[in-house]
Amino acid sequence: MIIGITGLNANDNPGPGVAVIRALREEFGPPLTIIGLSYESLEPGIYLDNVVDKTYQIPYPTAGTSALKDRLEYIHEQEGLDMIIPNYDSELYNFIKIAPWLKSMGIKTFLPTHDQLAARDKVNLSEFGKEFGFSVPADYKVNNLNDLTKAAEELGYPLVVKGKFYEAYVNHTADVAQKSFHQLSAKWGLPVIAQQFIKGTEINIAGLGDGKGNTISVIPMRKLYITDKGKAWAGITIEDDSLIKLAQKFVKATKWKGGFELEIMRDADGELFIMEINPRFPAWVYLTVGAGQNQPTALVRMAMGEHVEPFTEYVVGKMFIRYSWDHITDITDFQQFSAFGELSVAKVNL
Amino acid sequence: MRIKKNIATSENGFIFNPATGDSFSGNSIASEIILAMKTGTEAEQIKQDILLKYEVTPDQLDRDWEDWMVQLKEANLLEI
Repeated sequence: MIIGITGLNANDNPGPGVAVIRALREEFGPPLTIIGLSYESLEPGIYLDNVVDKTYQIPYPTAGTSALKDRLEYIHEQEGLDMIIPNYDSELYNFIKIAPWLKSMGIKTFLPTHDQLAARDKVNLSEFGKEFGFSVPADYKVNNLNDLTKAAEELGYPLVVKGKFYEAYVNHTADVAQKSFHQLSAKWGLPVIAQQFIKGTEINIAGLGDGKGNTISVIPMRKLYITDKGKAWAGITIEDDSLIKLAQKFVKATKWKGGFELEIMRDADGELFIMEINPRFPAWVYLTVGAGQNQPTALVRMAMGEHVEPFTEYVVGKMFIRYSWDHITDITDFQQFSAFGELSVAKVNL
Repeated sequence: MRIKKNIATSENGFIFNPATGDSFSGNSIASEIILAMKTGTEAEQIKQDILLKYEVTPDQLDRDWEDWMVQLKEANLLEI
């Protein structure tokens, strides 16, 4: 089986690609060939020979679907892809759009629809919560400083200011909130989202839906160590039926197809607020393997047309501790990828 | 006040709440008391056992016991 996978940027704000690959390699072993699909030449996964077999550069999502199709057509001619698993929010729109074309070429995907993708977008999260009966923080779409002042009057401080796609800052004063607004609007465009600050315990849920309303897997994880970018650097699986039910309710309500991550805040009264819904596996998805529910493998099996029974058990108290590792590579590898947009790092056994 | 049934303890005093992911390091007597509480032993019986086993006055034990219960409550280890 040959699978193309994006999200190889295993840095301090990691993409899920490397974790997804580890999960698949654990299940499928050597017959599996992994073709990395990378946007930049310094994504660490490109150079890890025990992770990818070969990596191809692909065009940024802003280049549009035509450029993406051209590139994937070439890659498919070289490698004969069976499946592609996109792992970034920002590329999903294009991959969903070209999914029928990929299918016509024999390349499988397992993705949500455009409507599902839009419904859980952070810009629409408030309406999503109201429609399906989820607790979500109050928010305000901010297009200018007047909007920001109104949002602050309504929501108070601390005020969370979030970029359209990525990044969020907790602001304690108007000055700092304005700075965050300018920074995030310049980087990610408008609108910026001002969100009510909820104090509590951060919990994330990795899940997998079959597209028919059935939840195949749910693993809740409490963040134990959080980086200054808000990313979990260590976490532990926890046992809480209310979290499982929340994820099942999300999948049933949306008929979600594919991997997802719910970012939850549990306040002092125990109320669960959905802070964000990510439309793909989280970077910590390898913990689901450790906990006994290999979510990426289940996704691949469903994409291949197999019937997958929902998991019913997982190990509580299983931890992940992320670490940094200096991988040594040669300038020729970097040069090869930068100049030609493809690199094979697979070890050849002589 | 009863301790939550799913609280995990080890002999070396490590306490884990699987519902929240919180973990705590206690000493051996903390572990001993939690184990007794988990098996349903009444507080008065646990205190009697401590009085027999350790050099402590009943007044001091009562004060320590109150403090202990406050700590367990704050740590979210007690049934509501």
